[in-house]
Amino acid sequence: MLKDITLGQFFPGNTLVHRLDPRTKLACVALYIVALFTAKSFLAYGVIAVVLLLSIRTSRVGWKALTRGLKPILIILVFTAAMNLFFNEGTPIADVWLLRRITWEGLERAVMMVLRIVMLIMGTFLVTYTTSPIRLTDGLEALLNPLKKLHLPVHELAMMMSIALRFIPTLIEETDKIMSAQKARGADFESGGIFQRARALVPILVPLFISAFRRADELATAMECRCYHGGEGRTKLHVLRYEKRDYAVMAGFALLVVAMIVMRRLGL
Amino acid sequence: MEPIIRVNNLTHTYSVGTPFERSAVDGLCMDVLPGEFLGIIGHTGSGKSTLIQHLNGLLKPTAGQILLDGRDIWENPKEIRKVRFQVGLVFQYPEYQLFEETVYKDIAFGPGNMGLSREEIDRRVRQAAAFVGLSEDMLEKSPFELSGGQKRRVAIAGVIAMEPKVLILDEPTAGLDPAGREKILSQLRAYHREKGTTILLVSHSMEEIAQNADRIVVLKGGKCLMSGTPREVFARAEELEEVGLDIPQVTKVALALRRRGLDIDGAVYTVEELKNALLRLKGGASHA
Ligand SMILES: Nc1ncnc2c1ncn2[C@@H]1O[C@H](COP(=O)(O)OP(=O)(O)OP(=O)(O)O)[C@@H](O)[C@H]1O
Ligand SMILES: [Mg+2]
Repeated sequence: MLKDITLGQFFPGNTLVHRLDPRTKLACVALYIVALFTAKSFLAYGVIAVVLLLSIRTSRVGWKALTRGLKPILIILVFTAAMNLFFNEGTPIADVWLLRRITWEGLERAVMMVLRIVMLIMGTFLVTYTTSPIRLTDGLEALLNPLKKLHLPVHELAMMMSIALRFIPTLIEETDKIMSAQKARGADFESGGIFQRARALVPILVPLFISAFRRADELATAMECRCYHGGEGRTKLHVLRYEKRDYAVMAGFALLVVAMIVMRRLGL
Repeated sequence: MEPIIRVNNLTHTYSVGTPFERSAVDGLCMDVLPGEFLGIIGHTGSGKSTLIQHLNGLLKPTAGQILLDGRDIWENPKEIRKVRFQVGLVFQYPEYQLFEETVYKDIAFGPGNMGLSREEIDRRVRQAAAFVGLSEDMLEKSPFELSGGQKRRVAIAGVIAMEPKVLILDEPTAGLDPAGREKILSQLRAYHREKGTTILLVSHSMEEIAQNADRIVVLKGGKCLMSGTPREVFARAEELEEVGLDIPQVTKVALALRRRGLDIDGAVYTVEELKNALLRLKGGASHA
């Protein structure tokens, strides 16, 4: 169950998608999202889908891993589809019973919304799957650097984020272990009413919090022992540098956005 | 004798469908006999922890079956909790699972889940605490004020209190000093003697296994490399060393003496046995 949470997981590899500068990938995701929200027609969605599929192919990330990431939001998908199906004005599909409430317009919107969410999730997951958390936060820090002028602690925020990302898989693993240990003592997480279920979580949460605090403490000590201090004057082990491929890919995604705007204007 | 647990062609694959896919247990077969003290040993990553988590239904086999008293434990998935009360499992570093306000309440968690009466729970908690050597006054302490070794014993008591037919312990002595280690092991031996419970002890240390187990199963790469009495297993010392497992020091001495030309059994594994073998040798020499 917990294994389905794939956020922050990274599949190492050495494909073009993996080698891209993290700043490029973040910028491209932003452009991709803009394109997705500009798209209005199935043709436009088709174009974006082709770009997405091409990226997935080049990254060699398994199809199963990507669809597994969708599982936790299945409820949202179903809900969105249902809302759009039933609550849109227009011409009913047929004049019988429930179908009277479903309109052709609603059907179209439902399919589009689901497509949009699925493609949104897959696109962002592709980035987190192909970029190590460290490179990801490096990229984010570099992109947010101008905000330092506004006295925003960009480096500290990036550090906090990379630590959080780094510890998500660890905590998930730990939760799994504690759950197994309590199950071995007959703990039951699956039956009972809502209060009973909430109470069943105590044997998991208490050890989990204790170990999280202990880990945080140990990490802080370890960082201090190595004289960590953030911000000013800190240099990087891996300096980010744009390559030709970065410019090419970014231009490609910019083109995608332009294409979407043009198609929308033309009513395609 | 009918085995109490039979592992039939067990395979378990982690992370199916991702680049991290791998078989931790691979077509493994083994039997656990009632009342025996079975040692399971293997190199890091050989699949010991994965294997034992199948025996009480925490993990579901990718292929193969686990039979408890001749019946597949997954025959009725709703009943799997009953299996867990019969096959008690103490995890590696079990002290991290403590959560209650007092030691007493923590030990009572398992029996409480079984739906026993108050008196029965009280009896079991006190008995389990006594078995692992926790004094009465410790029962009212918070588990978080105890030392590492004491916490470990509370956790073990928490499983013993369910009075399982089979007790499995995953490296119960990891990270303890020699005195703490010996204490836990001797308490386990006493528990085994008094209760006659079937015990599975997972360990890295041949010494530990040699001193306690009636029978040993050696795992390698998720498969059963060999199984038998300590004597049978240590007779294949070279093979063991090949897979990176240490043989007991006494056996090493015996083997070294053998290489020097002494006519000594190379499969002895306790100090007592070696002493007797040497005395016999000396006696034989003086008669000649
Ligand atoms: N939750 C998991 N997800 C993916 N792979 C796992 C998981 N748990 C274990 N493995 C892998 O399965 C293999 C066997 O692991 P297992 O924990 O059973 O070994 P072990 O014999 O208990 O080792 P140790 O002596 O270090 O405890 C290892 O290669 C490990 O990487
Ligand atoms: Mg293990």
